[in-house]
Amino acid sequence: MKLQEHRSKEILAAHGVPLLAGEVATTPAEARNAAQKIGGEVVVKAQVLVGGRGKAGGVKLAADPDEAEQRAREILGLDIKGITVRTVLVAPAADIAAEYYLGLILDRAAKAITVIASAEGGVEIEETAKTNPDAILRLPLHPLLGLQDHDTRRVFYFLGLPAELRKAFASVMGGLYASFVESDADLAEINPLAVTTGGELLALDAKIVLDDSALYRHPDLEAMRDLNEEEQSEIEARAAGISFIKLDGDIGCMVNGAGLAMTTMDLVKLAGGEPANFLDIGGGAKAERVASAFKIILSDPHVKAILVNIFGGITRGDEVARGIVEARSTLEREVPMVVRIVGTNSEEAKPILAQAQLITADSLDDAAARAVAAASGVAT
Amino acid sequence: MSILINADTRLLVQGITGREGAFHSEAMLEYGTRIVAGVTPGKGGQTALDGRVPVFNTVVEAVAATGANASCIFVPAAFAPDAMLEAADGGLPLVFCITEGIPALDMLKVYWVLRDQGVRLVGPNCPGATSPGQAKVGIIPGNIHAEGSVGLVSRSGTLTYEVVQAMTDAGIGQSTCIGIGGDPIVGSSFIDILTLFNEDPMTDAIVMIGEIGGDEEEKAAAYIAREVRKPMAAFIAGRTAPPGRRMGHAGAIISGGAGTAESKRAALESAGVHVADSPSHIPALLREAGVR
Repeated sequence: MKLQEHRSKEILAAHGVPLLAGEVATTPAEARNAAQKIGGEVVVKAQVLVGGRGKAGGVKLAADPDEAEQRAREILGLDIKGITVRTVLVAPAADIAAEYYLGLILDRAAKAITVIASAEGGVEIEETAKTNPDAILRLPLHPLLGLQDHDTRRVFYFLGLPAELRKAFASVMGGLYASFVESDADLAEINPLAVTTGGELLALDAKIVLDDSALYRHPDLEAMRDLNEEEQSEIEARAAGISFIKLDGDIGCMVNGAGLAMTTMDLVKLAGGEPANFLDIGGGAKAERVASAFKIILSDPHVKAILVNIFGGITRGDEVARGIVEARSTLEREVPMVVRIVGTNSEEAKPILAQAQLITADSLDDAAARAVAAASGVAT
Repeated sequence: MSILINADTRLLVQGITGREGAFHSEAMLEYGTRIVAGVTPGKGGQTALDGRVPVFNTVVEAVAATGANASCIFVPAAFAPDAMLEAADGGLPLVFCITEGIPALDMLKVYWVLRDQGVRLVGPNCPGATSPGQAKVGIIPGNIHAEGSVGLVSRSGTLTYEVVQAMTDAGIGQSTCIGIGGDPIVGSSFIDILTLFNEDPMTDAIVMIGEIGGDEEEKAAAYIAREVRKPMAAFIAGRTAPPGRRMGHAGAIISGGAGTAESKRAALESAGVHVADSPSHIPALLREAGVR
């Protein structure tokens, strides 16, 4: 789960990272009040989870409260990569002398929390990795001891920060590390970490991505989820315990297991179609969850056919078959359905599916081909 | 023959009295796995599975009383890291963790502690392993297997079943099938399992099932090119997955242009592995590679 800049900054500030927090606003008037309170020049920043908001006109300077109100009016409602801006952050503007990149990631290759640092701040680190990989330090931390003082010194001297900022940098590094560990993050980055013309070290922008598996022990962070930026169908799926991602095609997929769900999408594509979604109904799915899955798939008006692919292990084929038949009678919209059920209780599933006159298939390749044909209106 | 588990495996099940633990332990017993003990704190002295398995409060007690030499964990995510550490402290050299949804930072610590103790961990978030005709540990349906000489290693669950079923239907039996799990931090890598298959005299060919995310498949390809002389076939799931989205498994995410199905496929092909477009093509690729 990605956190907005202002949320990420809240967490960093709570752990002692120096920054100019500012205030969030959802209307131009609120932005004006925030600028008034802050005083002096401010920066108005769109709070969206997609990159490239500066280029899209989502970050603007304002000299006074009047201008802040005007800038907020321009930014609020702006469409940035399909996301409508609903919130802006109004923060004191800083005079930047130099910009750096400082991040922590869960490094699956090193099996450690790894520091990523570069003196080329203000640009995306992936960009630096391509153009100038030698400008990046990757420093895996001890998996049991965590961040040590010598790690902090190593990063400090690598970045070549002014000597008088060593203590300030230690609080940035320590605060970033504490934020990462205590919020169970996958990624926490400060970009840019700036040295101002006044010689101060400040986190000007921040991004924290949380480990979804650890959210159960962070209800406070779960509450920071920005529903504005999620597909309605994905929100409903999460509530139903279904793993769902909306895509652009017209063949809805309902599968048990993440690997098999991806494979089903791949085979739809191989058969000449386009999958409308990734959907894993999970293990041991019962009729109720099957019904929710159908509802979520069909809420996408582009869906012209549904491919159900169940390999029964924990999940019992006959229960899924009954769920499909029950759910179909309650659906608002009728589309062709191709159903393939194999494994546990698949024999018991067959008469149920036959009676309901659903299109069935034994192999996955065949099921994908039939779904593609059904979506294009060809009788199967 | 087989790797990791066989007819002599003396299995302990942690969480044997829970819903999942009880259900799958029953299926394991039915398959012929020797489950010698269960562990559920507070239920020591009782029995599970209709009196067939004694239950202990701690792993140490269970090992002392039964000589268990492997563990299978069905404990909920919040308690599973501790269960893995307890299995290691109890002296078990082999631990399978089926539990999904364990926080990655917990797994980092468990990974290194078990490694230092010389314990082989498979999982978490994995379906377990089956050595057909001998034993099954975990949740893979027993009836999809046939005895034979092809080893299979996979990051997935139901996709593994799909491939195993296709092999069995085509008359190709398996030595051992292992799911290593779909999380970012797992105990055993592809290379760990490929090394065991490569050294196993009864495994003649190997199937590898990968998916998008990370670079484990690319690393495995480098190892295969260097060390493996047995015929290999593979499948990589997620060619149509969009970048930046987590596809169910916490590990299945394409980030910063890395971890794509194309890059994995290319790496495996350049290592001489036959890569299938569909799981159903795996048996034919194995035949072409010389598997009888």
